[in-house]
Amino acid sequence: MLGSLLGAIGQGVIWGVMVLGIFITYKILNVSDLTVDGSFATGGAVFAVTALANIDPTICLIIAMMAGGVCGFITGLLHTKCKIPAILAGILTQLGLYSINLRILGDKANVSIANIDTNITFLAHLTNLPHSRAGMLLGIIVSIICIIFLYSLLGTEFGASIRATGNNEKMIRALGVNTDNIKLFGITLSNMLIGLSGAMLVEMNKYADVGMGKGAIVYGLASIVIGEVFFRRFSNFGIRLFSSVFGCILFFIIRAIVIRLGLKANDMQLISAIIVVIALAMPIFKENMAMRNRGASNA
Amino acid sequence: MLKITNVYKTFNVGTINEKRALEDVNLTLNDGDFVTVIGGNGAGKSTLQNVISGATTPDSGKIEINGIDITKFPEHKRAKYIGRVFQDPMLGTASDMWIEENLALAYKRGENRSPFRWMISNDKENQFKMSLAKLGLGLEDRMKSKVKLLSGGQRQAITLLMATIKKPDLLMLDEHTAALDPKTASLVLNLTNEIIELDKITTLMITHNMRDAINYGNRLIMMDQGKIIYDVSGDEKKKLTVEDLLKKFNQTKDAPSDAMILG
Repeated sequence: MLGSLLGAIGQGVIWGVMVLGIFITYKILNVSDLTVDGSFATGGAVFAVTALANIDPTICLIIAMMAGGVCGFITGLLHTKCKIPAILAGILTQLGLYSINLRILGDKANVSIANIDTNITFLAHLTNLPHSRAGMLLGIIVSIICIIFLYSLLGTEFGASIRATGNNEKMIRALGVNTDNIKLFGITLSNMLIGLSGAMLVEMNKYADVGMGKGAIVYGLASIVIGEVFFRRFSNFGIRLFSSVFGCILFFIIRAIVIRLGLKANDMQLISAIIVVIALAMPIFKENMAMRNRGASNA
Repeated sequence: MLKITNVYKTFNVGTINEKRALEDVNLTLNDGDFVTVIGGNGAGKSTLQNVISGATTPDSGKIEINGIDITKFPEHKRAKYIGRVFQDPMLGTASDMWIEENLALAYKRGENRSPFRWMISNDKENQFKMSLAKLGLGLEDRMKSKVKLLSGGQRQAITLLMATIKKPDLLMLDEHTAALDPKTASLVLNLTNEIIELDKITTLMITHNMRDAINYGNRLIMMDQGKIIYDVSGDEKKKLTVEDLLKKFNQTKDAPSDAMILG
């Protein structure tokens, strides 16, 4: 039981980096970017092939992160320069990335890196921990670095203009900010984290799969939603960032429980979709209920 | 100084909905001019503001500020010169950000925003506090409140402060009190006047209210069908009455709207 709990936490912190990426677009920039499913797998695929080429695994992580960034940059260009709605731009990139990811993996659906040295095997060596615990450690370290980085960035003059772009685009443009560039930057940064997360998952699982990003966007949104249940009252950005990773850990714990209850891992797609729907629909239901109650008391 | 020369703008060219919004508009604002702009719906007031702010590109003509040709500048580049307050109080501020964060955003209007400098320092905080205190709305004690918790009037007062916290070469007010109740509207308008007079800000104020157009500013222009049809300043403007303006309006093809008569 403890083992599967720790396993879920390990998955949670690694995917949590992806959730931080989704947080940037979905929560800060107010842009629904669906590149995720593709760029996550791109990060993983790029990591696998670079690691197989005997490149230093830390550099492989950085290359995978850049690859994710390129995916985001393309979506950003489609959205800001070609004026394609963000959702469609993301879907188009994601669709195209499927072909590209297959090419990266050498036309194979999955590629194993079982006997390759990675950051996790390095950490496992250093700390004498088993592979999955060392993976959790890597996830925790990277998540903390990402949270600190994002928190610092958002408090700067430049970071404030990112937040303002998501909050009131017309206003910040009237104050001299090129909001197209801000969105381009934000979507790129978001997908860099997503690619990084995908690469870490490949380290953890010891193989890359072309379909590994399937449903990632919904997992991410569900994680953000779950985190908000616990940290709704906090407006501090550091806590909200932490809340996303925390939500992701809880998501994977729920997933472990669901599997233990006899459902299949694939059922999680449906369950997470339902979680997101409930979270998005809740405010509307609440409002309707409040209206009905008011109507009743007036009558 | 703002200089507009031979500006034309037509919407939906070649269709049945073709609409000439600006026709050979020429206008020069001298430094320190406070100009009120009136005109019926569709007279071209908003289009005039939009071509100045960069939200719309004119078909032809030239727009200069301080001798710099800004006709081809995108909206965000013109922000360096222009401070704006919109009609909708929701549009001028970032509602999910604090009051002081909004002011900090405005403080950097038209400047580079560094990723290596915190947006708020103690110095700035003190400065913002003093500016807010001048509004007399008690907002200096609520610097860390989100703007969405404020009333429309308070938000509009903050937007006004944001537009002027770094003195703009041109301040543009687009019916900025139209969405407020009469009492709040007059409070915000008085505040506007105080700030403009104190800093001698060159201002273009669009209004639907004839009395405000007469009472405020040193110059008044009236627009109709995309043209400036009346331009008064100085003593002549001081003697102007609502009746005079109504007479002018009735000479135009567009009858004034009820709002203008009641105002």
